[in-house]
Amino acid sequence: MNFTEKAVIMNASEMNRAIKRMAHEIIEANKGVENLALLGVQRRGVPLARMLGDAIKSVEGTEVPQGSLDITFYRDDLSTLGPTPQVSSTEMPFDVNEKIIILVDDVLYTGRTVRAALDVIMDWGRPEAIRLAVLVDRGHRELPIRPDFVGKNVPTSLREIIKVKVMDFDEKEEVVVGEVDGK
Amino acid sequence: MILKNKDVLGLEELSAEEILGVLEIASRFRAVFDRPVRSVPIMRGRTVVNFFHEPSTRTRISFELAEKRLSADIVNFSTATSSFSKGETLRDTAENLAAMKIDMLIIRHGSAGASHYLAKVLECSVINAGDGAHEHPTQGLLDIMTMRQRLGDLRGKKVTIIGDIAHSRVARSNIWGLKKLGAEVTLCGPPTMVPGGLAHLGVNIEFDLKKAVADADVLNVLRIQLERHSSKSFPGNREYHRMYGITEDLVRTLKPEAIVMHPGPMNRDVEISSEVADGPRQVILDQVANGVAVRMALIYLLSGGDPGALGVGQD
Repeated sequence: MNFTEKAVIMNASEMNRAIKRMAHEIIEANKGVENLALLGVQRRGVPLARMLGDAIKSVEGTEVPQGSLDITFYRDDLSTLGPTPQVSSTEMPFDVNEKIIILVDDVLYTGRTVRAALDVIMDWGRPEAIRLAVLVDRGHRELPIRPDFVGKNVPTSLREIIKVKVMDFDEKEEVVVGEVDGK
Repeated sequence: MILKNKDVLGLEELSAEEILGVLEIASRFRAVFDRPVRSVPIMRGRTVVNFFHEPSTRTRISFELAEKRLSADIVNFSTATSSFSKGETLRDTAENLAAMKIDMLIIRHGSAGASHYLAKVLECSVINAGDGAHEHPTQGLLDIMTMRQRLGDLRGKKVTIIGDIAHSRVARSNIWGLKKLGAEVTLCGPPTMVPGGLAHLGVNIEFDLKKAVADADVLNVLRIQLERHSSKSFPGNREYHRMYGITEDLVRTLKPEAIVMHPGPMNRDVEISSEVADGPRQVILDQVANGVAVRMALIYLLSGGDPGALGVGQD
């Protein structure tokens, strides 16, 4: 199975500008940062949540608590999991009760990851609200889920793949669209 | 796939990579225990049958908790209340279960090879929860997990297993697993309980307890199965304790970082003295907690099914 890159749809500075704008939108919608917490979905949602946190801090001067979420054990596709399920850890360094949680992921597609992430959060407590922030919304939802904060809307075909690259895992920042062949 | 076969019957059949893969997933499940909600929904709608043909409290509860924390549906049955007492054969019972469409069978049986036999006959996954004196793979895995938490990589580490090796499936699973991970294993116990033939598994045999534990990193103390061989293998509990019991005096001579393990249930002041059993070296309750995590990992991994069906994980 080969991934062929077709185009870069966001470069590093476009990604950073989008994240700054999303940070402003989050602050505005929340009228400040009180009670806010950022929760990145493993793996690429985690560095994105950190970038959002940094951007919020540079505007408001306040550190927003951050955590990470692993949804592997909440998936609805156990029988079709890949050869080696990648299980990472859930870190919840704050009490989710009464918090306004900003759930952060790189790409919003079918909505099934978000569905699982909501269940994970509910198992930790009862937040006041959960909002969804994604860098790329590529459409093709299979569940009634919509994002509150979007970096970029990218209409795609079902054959296409969106890859968000972040420093932590890919040594560069960009968003590319490509196709998988030879399956 | 982390696990290559549909069943987990013994550590003899698992590779070092499979063992480490299971333990990696188990450590993730361990983290779930510290949350307000200690279960995850991944096995919703799957049915697991716990078939215990021999008395067991700890292993059965541990399996049951593991299944519940994965949200599986559970059916328990033990010999006393089943048609076994009406004379049905093992195969008939198992095939009847399979006809009712179950996803997994956990079996504890007094005869070595019972789980292997059922694994061949049944389409569903089978996990061996102890078969005679043969293997007890989940105990072996939880022991190895506990050792790795304390000692890290087990290559070159010295593990001494003490007690009734001859009747112990725990010992055999430990030996297979530890050898694969590069540990050095020494067996120690009264000559009546340590068959010399085990040396062909690549282990040292030492009858003198002091020598056997002198430079050990781990003492894995087996239960003396008092109910199994009352007076045949050793003269009496007191004499056993004097010769092979793990006492505070002995523990003082150990390496400073050495740990003491016991698969339970303990016979206090027979194979292990109360001071040691409650002392700072023991990791017995860690073993119990790891047991649930290891069983969750195995059940989860065996249910993973169809490899490679998922493309680039994006949704």
